[in-house]
Amino acid sequence: MALQSLDIKARSATTTPSPSVRETMEVAKLIDISKCIGCKACQVACMEWNDLRDEVGNNVGVYDNPADLTAKSWTVMRYAEVEVEQNKLEWLIRKDGCMHCADPGCLKACPSPGAIVQYSNGIVDFHQENCIGCGYCITGCPFNVPRISKQDSKAYKCTLCSDRIAVGLEPACVKTCPTGAIVFGAKGDMIHHAEGRVTDLKSRGYTNAGLYDPQGVGGTHVMYVLQHADQPSLYSGLPKDPSISAMVGLWKGVAKPLLSLGIGLTVLAGFFHYIKAGPNEVEEETEK
Amino acid sequence: MASLAPTFGRGAMTNHWVDIKNADLILIMGGNAAEAHPCGFKWVTEAKAHRNAKLIVVDPRFTRSAAVSDYYAPIRAGTDIAFLGGVINYLLSNDKIHHEYVKNYTDFSFLVKDEFKFENGIFSGYDAEKRKYDKATWGYQMGKDGFVVTDPTLKNPRCVYQMMKAHYGRYTPDVVSNICGTPKDDFLKVCEMIAETSKSDKTMTIMYALGWTQHSQGSQMIRTGAMVQLLLGNIGVAGGGMNALRGHSNIQGLTDLGLLSNLLPGYMTLPGDAEQDYKTYIEKRAFKPLRPGQMSYWQNYGKFFVSNMKAWFGDAATAKNNWSYDWLPKLDKGYDLLQVFENMNQGKVNGYLCQGFNPLASAPCKIKVSGSLSKLKYLVIIDPLATETSEFWQNHGEYNDVDPSKIQTEVFRLPSTCFAEEDGSLVSSSRVLQWHWKATEPPGEAKGDPEIMAGIFLKLKEMYKKDGGAFPDPILNLTWKHRQPESPSAEELAKEFSGKALKDVTDPKDKSKVLVKGGEQLNGFAELRDDGSTSCGCWIFSGSWSEKGNLMARRDNSDPFGIGQTLNWAFAWPANRRVLYNRASCDLSGKPYDSKRKLIGWDAAAGKWTGSDIPDIKADSAPVEGINPFIMNPEGVARFFAVDKMAEGPFPEHYEPMESPLANNPMHPDNPKARANPAARVFKGDWETFGNAEKFPYVGTTYRLTEHFHYWTKHVKLNAIMQPEQFVEIGEELAKEKGIKAGDHVRVKSMRGFIIAVAVVTKRLRSLNVTGKKVHTIGIPIHWGFMGVAKNGYITNTLTPFVGDANTQTPEFKAFLVDIEKV
Amino acid sequence: MSNETNLVQRYNVKERTNHWVVAITFIMLVLSGLALFHPSCLFFYSLFGGGTWARILHPFIGVIMFLSFLGLAVKFWDHNHITDTDREWRKHLGDILANKAKNLPEIGKYNIGQKYLFWSLVAIIPMLMLSGFIIWQPYFAPVFAIGLVRFASLIHALAAFIGIVAIIVHVYAAYWTRGSISAMTRGTVTKAWAKHHHPAWYKEVNKGAK
Repeated sequence: MALQSLDIKARSATTTPSPSVRETMEVAKLIDISKCIGCKACQVACMEWNDLRDEVGNNVGVYDNPADLTAKSWTVMRYAEVEVEQNKLEWLIRKDGCMHCADPGCLKACPSPGAIVQYSNGIVDFHQENCIGCGYCITGCPFNVPRISKQDSKAYKCTLCSDRIAVGLEPACVKTCPTGAIVFGAKGDMIHHAEGRVTDLKSRGYTNAGLYDPQGVGGTHVMYVLQHADQPSLYSGLPKDPSISAMVGLWKGVAKPLLSLGIGLTVLAGFFHYIKAGPNEVEEETEK
Repeated sequence: MASLAPTFGRGAMTNHWVDIKNADLILIMGGNAAEAHPCGFKWVTEAKAHRNAKLIVVDPRFTRSAAVSDYYAPIRAGTDIAFLGGVINYLLSNDKIHHEYVKNYTDFSFLVKDEFKFENGIFSGYDAEKRKYDKATWGYQMGKDGFVVTDPTLKNPRCVYQMMKAHYGRYTPDVVSNICGTPKDDFLKVCEMIAETSKSDKTMTIMYALGWTQHSQGSQMIRTGAMVQLLLGNIGVAGGGMNALRGHSNIQGLTDLGLLSNLLPGYMTLPGDAEQDYKTYIEKRAFKPLRPGQMSYWQNYGKFFVSNMKAWFGDAATAKNNWSYDWLPKLDKGYDLLQVFENMNQGKVNGYLCQGFNPLASAPCKIKVSGSLSKLKYLVIIDPLATETSEFWQNHGEYNDVDPSKIQTEVFRLPSTCFAEEDGSLVSSSRVLQWHWKATEPPGEAKGDPEIMAGIFLKLKEMYKKDGGAFPDPILNLTWKHRQPESPSAEELAKEFSGKALKDVTDPKDKSKVLVKGGEQLNGFAELRDDGSTSCGCWIFSGSWSEKGNLMARRDNSDPFGIGQTLNWAFAWPANRRVLYNRASCDLSGKPYDSKRKLIGWDAAAGKWTGSDIPDIKADSAPVEGINPFIMNPEGVARFFAVDKMAEGPFPEHYEPMESPLANNPMHPDNPKARANPAARVFKGDWETFGNAEKFPYVGTTYRLTEHFHYWTKHVKLNAIMQPEQFVEIGEELAKEKGIKAGDHVRVKSMRGFIIAVAVVTKRLRSLNVTGKKVHTIGIPIHWGFMGVAKNGYITNTLTPFVGDANTQTPEFKAFLVDIEKV
Repeated sequence: MSNETNLVQRYNVKERTNHWVVAITFIMLVLSGLALFHPSCLFFYSLFGGGTWARILHPFIGVIMFLSFLGLAVKFWDHNHITDTDREWRKHLGDILANKAKNLPEIGKYNIGQKYLFWSLVAIIPMLMLSGFIIWQPYFAPVFAIGLVRFASLIHALAAFIGIVAIIVHVYAAYWTRGSISAMTRGTVTKAWAKHHHPAWYKEVNKGAK
């Protein structure tokens, strides 16, 4: 989605700061799982707006279809049947997709300049024309979201409809959600809205209701209202305290400068050794 | 329809979609609104968000509606009358009823004939041979003044209140739990929550759909729900009502316009064989009030009927020829879907025009439907899609294993338009006629349905003119005043339904006052006349296109009272009223029971009813005049006792589904006649196609998924992606017993055939304890077939029995017997 | 061996070719790998026709390097067993680096530094191959668990680092130790070079020649 009119805050494989003078509003999408009826209208709207048509797949013994995120399914509903209290069945239906982390692991891992950007409003977007298809974003993502297309070997995921946001529209999934389970706005407003929802849920007996805005990734720009915020894993394995994997942190964190430095130093060591000791030459007499 | 009209007077959703947001409690039972009506369901979430409303779901399956409910209770498919009968018992015995309401606005005090009896599950007048009741005893005690005798003290054992109390006293919580398999505590919890809404400032709305209608006793299930609502005073009030959610966008319009075989437009009925005389036909339907001073609006039947005949036959319909009454068919019996296919199966039908309908998939017992279609000489399919029915003769492998060389039926396929390819109006569940505009041209050779029908009609007329025939009059005299006779426009048809004055129509009280000039569109059905001076193709739609223009096209969503009453949005029948029976939202003096949700109220200063809605009562009739809210009923009040309006009895009684896992009806274990609905029609030869619990031990129930719409959307890639392949749902316990894992392929079979599908193993389908026996339910979504872009699948109606509700003949798709095995 | 010249053959054509295939592919891998590793090396992408080509080619080049390295490893395996003499030689490393070494133990074809290089490459290159295989998009990575892919990514980077450092030392040593490069270009070294740096090997070669 390169033809954007949003300010870029962070850019993959770029070590210098991006333009940061303009102050724009931080946005967020709030998904209220307690209001979600699992109708998949968001999946359809996503495919329609983004001109995607995934394969007509198979039923694998559950309602989830497509069964997983793909390069052509940027959002899927995940259905979990749980009994938190005995004999009180709950069907927790979570709309899965990119969380638009404030500290995006994908962007951190990406080796191609400008293939992944973070706009100043918080949206993390993939610019496929810059994508080299290495899959590092998958490695970097704590939520297992990006998918590489078999068709063009580019990585794809939810754009939070950055093209719609840029012209003042809400994301397609928000527009279509029939129950208002998905709402969109300024992040502060969304947190405020979520507080109201949490109060309502608590009054209905969900004492552990809460907002999912994990700080391990600096907070997210897609947040959930959970009935059981103490156990996010009930929601088809939503990570409890997600953060960029320590291995990725090491790899794309300290290792990057340290190893580069190490290589540089090795070269320099050789150079200065030569300057100091000179060549190791076989003396003439030995030649004879 | 066949249950709400006998109770309230009109067979339609009482309230409307937006009004659901005004409810304090929502009961979804016999439906799955979140899944089948996701867009309308938003008003449930609004009620929850802004009124702190609670949602109860009672269903055999833990549905997507249940997923967002506050309370879910399981129930065995087909036992809703027992459940709701238990609720009635709970409300009566715990005194959780709206006393003032039931006393004034229902038939509580009416006395029932002494001859009326109910013994061992059967009402008086039963003919076991014909499976029919003689309803002579199902009536009121009539006084010498010609009115029903009442006992306002409610002490008389023959008053409706006392009789009802006795009737439902048998449905104790233990009995309910025993029959329904609902744990007793769950049942009592639901009762408690419902009972709360008997307070006049609390309301409950009931949302139901095919989960109630598609039973052999479906109409009575709905009636039991309606009775619960009446006891609580929840009819006619904002946030209350019996909300029949219609599936097709225009299925409400279908019944409104009288497309059912026994109906005329506006819920007038076709005459029967015995009704050859016009006067007696009208008199029988123009009900005289049964209580003093009541409106009994059907008194105007003659006006509706004559205006209708003028719309059809124009100048040819005159007082002299009884407005062409003789040209109407006189029915020897109903020609519902099942009857038509029965006739076809008997070789009595030559040709079948199948318009916007896919009976091979939609009608029960595919093998019988397929066999019936094979006996036709010709079949005409008018449809935008290549339906299964249009391919019934073609071999599609395991999914339609027929031998085309043995089928001689000639099939014509006439491609028609979809809704977005034509102008017109759709009638929503809310009775709102909403105009829509063509968005795109139809593809290929597709033509609009009016154009196709016009083509057939004009050709027929020409042939009758040329060659004569047995009965040419109705065809030759049908009015056809369209600018393009071969293609009548939606506007012309809409104006015809709304009606116009053929001559000046004057005020009956003051003949000099002209209400509407000859040639002008009418303002409403109050202007209809039975002297041939008005023409109206559907009296309830009258006023939808007046001289003010096309009111159906209005798009003003302003909501001045803040309770979702947008009177300037499109047009609702009747007379743009949004909540039916809204007079019942006020006490006798005309003061609203709940001022915060005021629909109407008596404004003494102005001398009329005012408020957020169009009053469903004579606008200037002061409360002291005593006109009661249920103006279509000659009683003026709503009926708990349905008199002779229902096929199987005035009070709903629990009967087992035609195919039941139980050998007898636990309510009447020693009376085999009262096992299943005694008045349900079963054709000869179909008894043998019913299975029993020894061979088919599990309850099968079919339903829809939110990802698909009937058999249409499997032709659409996006929907196919969302739910690509046929599956059935089974509980974990049964799956374990049968060694079935999620994703396995299973064969589900009934006495009538089998289907093979993927198994979804789920906690959402529980086994229930019924009369000490474990009952498993197998859920069977319907959407697959052998046409379209989704994965091909079996037609689920291969499994279903060829029997319907005793009143409507709606097939029993929701409860039947099956067996399952891994393949 | 020619007595007419003062040269000794150290590598034959096959060995030289093999070495240079490994060397060239290694350099290509380093260049493309560094571009993928750190933005400061982004310009290396251009050498391959852009980032996408770098991503596509890198693993295939890696396979070529791995296979050709196998040839080298098999060939040189026997020469690289570390002996007591080597350990003795190592004690003089400081003097050697300062060009002040005298009376070194007589070592064979390779000194212990070269042997360390050999063994480290023997360890590192299969590790790179294996970890590279696990992160190879789009063919193999999707098959593996994400945790494993992350681990492999880290291992790949660390192993490559060790490999690169080792090769830098190798290259520098070849340059610093005058007369070495011809061993891999022409296949020969001077007798003096051989006698000086690898006396035991020189004796063996001479013996063989006689």
